[in-house]
Amino acid sequence: MSQTQGKGKLALYWAASCGGCEIAVLAIDEKILEVAKHFDIVFWPCATDGKVRDVEKMDDGAIDVCLFNGSIRTSEQEYMARLLRRKSKVLVAFGSCAMEGCIPGLANLNNREEIFQTVYEETPSTENPKHLVPQHETEVPEGKLYLPVFYDSVFTLDQVVEVDYYLPGCPPEAERIWDAIVAILEGKLPPKGSVIGADTTVCDECPRKRTEKKIKKFYRTWEIIPDEETCLLEQGIVCAGVATRAGCGARCPRVNSPCIGCYGPNAGVVDFGARLMTALASVIDSDDPQEIEKIIQDGIPDPVGTFYRFSLAHSLLRRKRKLMASAMAGQ
Amino acid sequence: MKRVTIDPITRLEGHGKIEIFLDDRGEVANAYLQIPELRGFERFCVGRPVEEMPNLTARICGVCPEAHHMAATKALDAVFHVDPPATAKKLRELFYSIFFATDHTTHFYALGGPDFVVGPDAPKAERNILGVVNKVGLEIGGQVIKMRHVGHNLIQLMGGRRVHPNWGLPGGVSRGITEEERREIEAAGRDAVEFAKFSLQLFDKLVLKNSEYVALITGDVYVQKTYYMGTVDANNHVNFYDGMIRVVGPDGREHAKYHPKDYREYVAERVEPWTYLKIPYLKKVGWKGFVDGPDSGVYQATPLSRLNASDGMATPLAQKEFQRFYEVLGGKPVHHTLATHWARLIELLYATERWLELASDPAITSKDYRVLPKEKPTEGVGCVEAPRGTLTHHYITDERGLVVKANLIVGTTNNNASICMSVRRAAQKLIKGGQIREGLLNRVEMAFRSYDPCFGCATHSLPGQMPLEVIIRNPAGDVVERLTQCLD
Repeated sequence: MSQTQGKGKLALYWAASCGGCEIAVLAIDEKILEVAKHFDIVFWPCATDGKVRDVEKMDDGAIDVCLFNGSIRTSEQEYMARLLRRKSKVLVAFGSCAMEGCIPGLANLNNREEIFQTVYEETPSTENPKHLVPQHETEVPEGKLYLPVFYDSVFTLDQVVEVDYYLPGCPPEAERIWDAIVAILEGKLPPKGSVIGADTTVCDECPRKRTEKKIKKFYRTWEIIPDEETCLLEQGIVCAGVATRAGCGARCPRVNSPCIGCYGPNAGVVDFGARLMTALASVIDSDDPQEIEKIIQDGIPDPVGTFYRFSLAHSLLRRKRKLMASAMAGQ
Repeated sequence: MKRVTIDPITRLEGHGKIEIFLDDRGEVANAYLQIPELRGFERFCVGRPVEEMPNLTARICGVCPEAHHMAATKALDAVFHVDPPATAKKLRELFYSIFFATDHTTHFYALGGPDFVVGPDAPKAERNILGVVNKVGLEIGGQVIKMRHVGHNLIQLMGGRRVHPNWGLPGGVSRGITEEERREIEAAGRDAVEFAKFSLQLFDKLVLKNSEYVALITGDVYVQKTYYMGTVDANNHVNFYDGMIRVVGPDGREHAKYHPKDYREYVAERVEPWTYLKIPYLKKVGWKGFVDGPDSGVYQATPLSRLNASDGMATPLAQKEFQRFYEVLGGKPVHHTLATHWARLIELLYATERWLELASDPAITSKDYRVLPKEKPTEGVGCVEAPRGTLTHHYITDERGLVVKANLIVGTTNNNASICMSVRRAAQKLIKGGQIREGLLNRVEMAFRSYDPCFGCATHSLPGQMPLEVIIRNPAGDVVERLTQCLD
């Protein structure tokens, strides 16, 4: 791609991600041409050229904006995060994985050995009589083969390098991606360190009717057929909309499913799980602490997975704190 | 020994790489496909409420989240011993057909198609979706974008979101469709069938009428005589959403036909220390190494496999194309892996016909799209055909419905051994006496690409050009030659 003077330089990268963020970028459809009008896309392994060598050769700060999706799980991903931080003026943690660890961040409930044990030994269809597990270095008859080191933990981007902005969502909705691009183009970015997004909650964009929430029981989603008009939380379904940042248009509640919190904590909220827990406790129709506890235990059998579904890797709850270096080395 | 490294997305990016070793005579000694990443879903799903699985496992892959969402949802039916009402099954299959049509369109026009539409030896800068548009015209390019756009919008309409739907529940789905929505989906389905017919005509014109391409497809570089797996309905016709798993041998005869819940009797996975991705094989045949033939348990699960493993297609237009496919290629089974592209288009036609058929049924708007399970959750297996192969989700829960064990065999994983072998064979045919022939890069890439490998389900390779780099090193590991194929 030619590098015309006056145009900004844009890079997009994926680390430990599912590819959904890339699909979301492609879903801006013909607007991608508008992006190309204003930016030279200097690095986007998914859709154009993917040569790391070229990035290594760039001057520090040569990239104006880098949209980085995916979390950091291997030595290669850490290298790329550090490289792109150095080369980019503005580094955006793009999507839930980069921002807060997302669902794959639930892997931080286990360590590497437990994950290997399950995947390579215990899963029902695995036959591994020699107890082999993938190695960084393997001797084969023809020579040596190398794999990147699999770290003991999932890291968010800002646990590895300094991040300038955050774009939430799993994945970010195409419309919000476009809003962010426009903000960048017009130089209307919020202060450094901000989330580029709304400061309201999913409840604010949800069309369901809300009255007073007073519930005696939380239902699992398979225990109840909710009516399609009324607030799901009022019907006793754990809907995370109350703690979740707006931006998606309340798409899940519109198909009669509860918000699962993929847009991360609302503005001003440090810990998503703590916020959601407080919100849920406040709708329980009881003043008896024991009764409240029972209602929560019966209806929410997996508090960690429910309250930190997307944010475990970045939460205050993060499993026993370790020195970053030792965790990365898998010690 | 010389080493040739092919990194689909360059060395440091961790999305799958190929190592080819040359012996002292410069002939290919061996080739390895390495998957350099793991996320461990099977571990961290343990302890989670099983009803979360359709949403959690969708994050395995953002390219085909619908497949994981659906396999997990069907596993929930089994876990809760509940049979969804007919409307729910129709809605799920409709949703799934739209997804399949959208996904196969992406592959043909953006990934696999450029090799044929633009040509395997065309300048690399043209061998991409833009080159396809140049060749077939802007109007058709616009139709491709529209097809994907409409498909994604309907997926959002039914399932909640374009990427990562939130819709499947044990015993049905969270929401049905209105009559107005049905009409919209039906109208789009009518266009989709025309689009699929057109795509097959295009393949006919550009590929089958070109003797060079036909020679490439039927030549000896891209051949694997393996077992083939696919899901079939009661008539042994291809089905993406539900049915029995059928496996045929390299001779085309039925090796097995089993209910998804019995998958462990038929499929096992081995572990190699040089890749994070496990290697499935047919248990009753056994693992004999990276070789094909009737004594090797290596199998494929691809569009070609699904056609080989079935007796036909359940819709009329696709059935005609199915018959023509085997007439032209000399009977069943077809072992030419490049024919997978043609098979994919036949599946595209089937998916769109199915889409239209299901959307034309006025009964699909019934409110009877969900029943509540009455039994305690225990254990269940759910299978669908993902675009890239048979997808299996298996969950065991405790009494409260918390997962105690999870097992996932994803589409591309089935093909792990076969992809390795295809790459090795292409390398062996193309690299002679240490000479890397011109065009090696794209020809090797083509061996890889016919499988439409989605390492999003393992790592992630996505729509768009897949840049390749071949590094030739001497035994000391120094780079002696470097070839790249990228959009510059």
